[in-house]
This record gives sequence, structure tokens and C-alpha cells, in this order.
Amino acid sequence: MSKAVIDALVQRLPEAVYDPYVGVGGDDCAFVRRERIVEVCRALKQDLGFDMAPYVTAVDYLGQTPRFEVVYECYSTKANARVRLRVKVGEGEELPSVTSVWRGANWFERYVFDMYGIPVTGHPDLRRLLMYPEFEGNPLRKDYPLRGRQPLVPEREIHDIFRGPGPATRD
Amino acid sequence: MAEERVPAADDLLAPLPTKKMVLNMGPSHPATHGVTKFLVELDGETVTDLKIDIGYLHRGFEKSCESSTWTQVFPYTDRLNYVSSIMNNVGYALAVEKLCKLEIPERAKYLRVVTSELHRICDHLTLVGAQGLELGAMTIVIFAVEARDLIWDRLTELCGARLTSNYARIGGVARDLPEGWIEKTLKTLDRTAEVRDEIDALLSRNRIFADRLRGVGAISRADALDYGFTGPCLRATGEPYDVRKAQPYLVYDRIDFDVPVGSNGDTLDRFLMRVEELRQSDRIVRQCLQQMAPGEIIVEDFRYALPPKPLVYGTIEGVMAHFKQIMEGIKVPAGEAYSYTEAANGELGFYLVSDGGGRPYKIGLRAPVWPMLTALPQMTKGALLADLVPVYDSINYIAGEVEQ
Amino acid sequence: MSSDLDTLPVIATRRDEAQSWLQKIVSKGVGWGRKYSLFQYPFVTACCGMEYMSLQMARYDLDRFGAAAPRFTPRQADLLMVVGTINCKQAPVLRRVYEQMAEPKWVMAFGVCASSGGFYDNYATVQGIDRIIPVDVYVPGCPPRPEQVIDAIILLQKKIQDQPHKLFDREKPPLPPAGR
Repeated sequence: MSKAVIDALVQRLPEAVYDPYVGVGGDDCAFVRRERIVEVCRALKQDLGFDMAPYVTAVDYLGQTPRFEVVYECYSTKANARVRLRVKVGEGEELPSVTSVWRGANWFERYVFDMYGIPVTGHPDLRRLLMYPEFEGNPLRKDYPLRGRQPLVPEREIHDIFRGPGPATRD
Repeated sequence: MAEERVPAADDLLAPLPTKKMVLNMGPSHPATHGVTKFLVELDGETVTDLKIDIGYLHRGFEKSCESSTWTQVFPYTDRLNYVSSIMNNVGYALAVEKLCKLEIPERAKYLRVVTSELHRICDHLTLVGAQGLELGAMTIVIFAVEARDLIWDRLTELCGARLTSNYARIGGVARDLPEGWIEKTLKTLDRTAEVRDEIDALLSRNRIFADRLRGVGAISRADALDYGFTGPCLRATGEPYDVRKAQPYLVYDRIDFDVPVGSNGDTLDRFLMRVEELRQSDRIVRQCLQQMAPGEIIVEDFRYALPPKPLVYGTIEGVMAHFKQIMEGIKVPAGEAYSYTEAANGELGFYLVSDGGGRPYKIGLRAPVWPMLTALPQMTKGALLADLVPVYDSINYIAGEVEQ
Repeated sequence: MSSDLDTLPVIATRRDEAQSWLQKIVSKGVGWGRKYSLFQYPFVTACCGMEYMSLQMARYDLDRFGAAAPRFTPRQADLLMVVGTINCKQAPVLRRVYEQMAEPKWVMAFGVCASSGGFYDNYATVQGIDRIIPVDVYVPGCPPRPEQVIDAIILLQKKIQDQPHKLFDREKPPLPPAGR
């Protein structure tokens, strides 16, 4: 069922949608070029009936160029079909926002901006979602340390047996 | 932002010039369950705009999981939607099994469904209780928590913990049912049914309750889909989308249950959805307990499941398999998969990327409540400040899954 | 096992700690009153909040210990129960709430995330609220069973009883040590 959707997309926009494949468990997926993602999404929503806002997330493939990949999981309630679109975005490249197509992609794109640092253009309210504004860096990037705490409140010294003397921010 | 309305000079009935007030319902507030900061722009008592600031419980779920093995992720997933933790466990386990292409035994499937539905009952009871509590009907929450405590007793006997159960494993479940559990659970369900009927009788047709909730926070079906609503909030608007019926997973295709669908999309409908789903979950659990047959509870493959202890202590292969799994983690083949289940709030999705090793490369979580929070400003525009609280409650915002 | 620092010494070695027999009786009475009428400020953030709800309700009733009334404003509360994980974004909020509470005040770290950060040892979580505010009772558990929290309340009540109380407390309490 979703295979037909992917084939229709490839037929309609052949330069934008490339490399369709069938993933694990029968998921129908395709790659989309970064500049044309809004066009593809509009085609999905208006012509192919994908009315529900997608789940948007990003993956950091450190070491590959382009470095990031933004994944859109789209679902159609009318056809009960699912489609996955993958967009390769390089370091510093911008991603056009799909909030003009589905309003629900708003917070997912803010999450992508906050956690991975991929700037999203055309977004109505682009600011950090989960981290505080004083935070520097993007936590979910592979080169950000796991324990890289940036405390807002200066921490007290604790003297106890396990943690030992000294300020708490040293580790 | 201050805005002044200046009336015309000869307008005797014009209101006095006013400014809009921005009220901060801060992160620590009795009515915001968990931690959200609302910046409410008020014109008198009417809400004109709402800005939501989340992130006050961001615990770094995804980054912590990237440095744990595949099985060590289960306690992290427990604490996502902490009122119905087994559903998160099962959702994640299904995603990993999709990547590994594992078939799990029948009894494991039934056990997963039984425990998921019991936790769904707990989640809906908590929400129904909270909805009553926020509107001043404090007896309801005491009844709901009593029933919830009873169900948690059954789950303690099964999983070991009341709340964060850590029950599912990759390839099956962790433990089998103890002696006499089924009879006790049926009695617990009877008691829960009594509590539920009492809550229904007290609240659903209560004049005060209905007046406060009817028509408040309404959203249309098309808007709800545009925002990406799923679960009871979407079904309250009239769209009959339930993952258990649309793409059945585990044993939901063998069980006979209905999916309640509302019509108005307002807060009263969302509340009634949850009460109805309590009834349906009860049906599902009873049918599963009848249909369940004795058998294996975890897949027999030692690459994915820990071998039983006599083999670990007795044979070399058992020791090796145990050691490899604990130290390095299960080797999940490289690739990516997206798996979704119907959690208590909506479609809970896990997007997993594996690089072939023992630790996940990426775990992406689709929190069901994000679209509802995005739509909250629209739902409360023009409503009174006192209506903000029930609307926000009816979304069932659970901080653990929203702020991964 | 309350700390020795808080138990009144039978023979006081420091002059400002010495209390006459009348002051001792007053201290016992005021301590008795304070320990059985704790007004809590439940700073609920995460999963431990569910156990907190269970604690307040009919089965594991906290009202029997006098600690039932949650006061949702810090200025009227004397027990700050930090229930759940505190992350770096929430830390200034917690500190502010603590500073807004009036003396005498006690803090309970409910759950292992509040006691030591839990298993969230990452960029976002404060590794225990005692890095921000001084804590009197730590309740480990993820989440702790309500019986554990009741045990903690009883320990806290014992600690409160043994602290020196005065009817008219004119000296300013020391500011909690923290960088500013």
C-alpha cells in the first residue's frame, strides 16, 4: 500500500525523491533532497492524503558527510499507510520548515534545532525547546560529552564519604 | 506586552483602557501536573495567548541510552510515561525485535498485553482522578488511587515494583505469573469496575462537572489531524484511529474490544473517552487471561535472551552467552526501524538506529503529547483562566515522556 | 539513626548551646508541636509524584503523622519535599522556592534522583539536590515505597524533636552555604 505512495512520489517529483527502498519490517522509505522537502510534503498532504502531522527526528552520523539526517515518519489516516522520508543535511546547512504544511511539526523541528543544532528556516517560533537559553552547544550531537553539565546555580561543596571533598562541578 | 485600548471620546459605554497581563504559572504549581511553565496573556480573566515553556524535567533519556546496552535501556523507558510504564517497555521491545526480526512466543505476547492494559487502566484512573481533583471533586481522586493501588499490588507480585516495572525484555518478558495471580487479578478488576462505575455515576452526568467541561477546549477533527493528535484526544474529535485496530500488534487482532469515539473534541469528551476505555481495557484483560496458554515466556535464542541459570552455572556455552550479553549487550543488526504502539495517551513511537553493536546508536521517541501541547494555545484561546486547568489536565501531560 | 549534631547534649560544652531546665522543657514542647504539624510543600516533578499521591491517599495515609496539609506556597510551608528529578533548568526555581520558605524549615529529598541524581548521570540532571540546598532526610528508592517515606517522616520527626527550639527566636539563622 505504501509502496504505491512512494512510487507516486517518485513519479511526480523524480529529482527530489530518490533511492526508494523497503526497510526492516516492511517500512516504505525514500530519500528526499533537502531543498525540496516542503514541496514533497505538500504533495503528500494534498494529493496523497497524508493528513496527520509527521514525527520528525534527526540522527547524527558523525564521520559521514553530510553529517545529519532528518527523518519524517508520515501517516495517512484515510489510507492507513506509513511512509518514511529521510533528508540528508550537512553541517551548517539549513532545513526548510514543514510547519506551513502541518502545524504539528512545530515542536519536533524545535527539538531538532535544540538538540542537534540544525537551523530550520521558515519556522514561526524557533527557540530552544528542552534546554535553557544559556546552554551552549547541542546535547545530542555525538561530540557533546555525556556528562557535560552547565549548571545554572553555583553548586555547594559537599563533604561526604562517597563523593569526597571539593566542589561538585568538577565531574 | 502591554496593549492599550483607547475608547472613542464620546463613547459612554466604552470600557476603561486596559492592559493585558502576563501571568506566569510557573514550573512548580499545584495544577500543572509535573513541570511546565505557562506564560498566560490575560485580558481580564480571558486567555488571549499562551506560551508554553517545557524542559524542566529533561533528563537526557536519549543520550543516556546511547551509552547503555540494549537491555539497560528498559529502566530508562520505564520512566518516560511513568504512570503506564509497561507500555513504554513493550513499545521499545517491539522496536528492537523489529530490527532483530525476532518472533516472540505466544505466552509472552499475552503477558505483554495483559500488563499493558492493566497499566492503561492505572493511567486512565490517574487522569480521571486528577481531573476531579483540579475541579474540586477531591473524593474522586481518593477512589481512583485506591483502585490504582490495588492494581499496583498485583503488578508488584508480578514485576517487583509498583510503578516502574521493567517487565519486558527483548524476546519476551522477564517473569512468569506467580501462583494464584489470575484469580486475584480478576477480583482486583471487579473492584476496579466498582470504583469506575462509582466515578462515572458521580461525575459524568454531574451538572457542575459537565458545565465546566462541555465546550471548553474544543478542537475540530481536521485541526487535530493537522496538529498530529493521536489517542483518546484524537478519538474525542471523531477520528476513529487506534493503532490496536489499524495495525494490530501482539495479540490485539484476536481480542474483541471496541474503540470509543467522541463527537465534539472538547474536554468533556476527552474525559468520557477515558472512562469508556477503562471499560474496554477491562474486557481485554479478561479475554487475554482466558485465552492464555502455558508456554515459554522468552525466546529460546541465547543471542538475545539470557540463558536459564542452570545452564549458566552448568555449561560453558551458557556462561559465555550470559557474559557476552551482560558485558557487551545484544548484537542488534545494523539498520533503522520505527515501531509504534497505542500507549495511554496516543501513538508512542520509537525510532531506533543501530550500528550493529551492543549499544543503541540513536533512540528517538515520539512523545504522544507534543502535538497536544502545540495545540494548547489554540484550544484555550478565548477561554477563561479557570478553564485552562481542566483543558490542560485532559491532555494527560506526563512530564517524563514530554521532556525526554 | 539521627545525627549526633542535632541531639541536645546532656552537658553542653559550648556556652551558647547550654540550656536551662526551663528552656529544655520549652524546647521539647515546641519541638513536639512542630514535628506533629508539618506543612509540606510538595515540589513534585517526576515519577516519585505518583508515589507521593499514593502516600497522601487513603491507604498509606500521611495525615496520621500530622503531615497531610500541602501548602502550595512556600511561605506557609515548613517541609520542602523535593519529589523527583531536578535538572539544571529547574535548579534556580528550586533554590528560589527554598529561599522563600520561612524558618524553621526542613528539606526531604524524596527518591534517588533528588538524593543523588539517580541513574541520570548526564548533561541535564543535578546530581542530588544537596548540591543546591541543604537536605535533612534522604529517601532512596526509585520510586520509594510509601512505607519508606513514612519511615523518613518518622525519622525527621525524631530529628525535629531533638533540635533546640526556642519560643522567641531572635537570632538570625545562618544562610545556607552556597556560592552566590
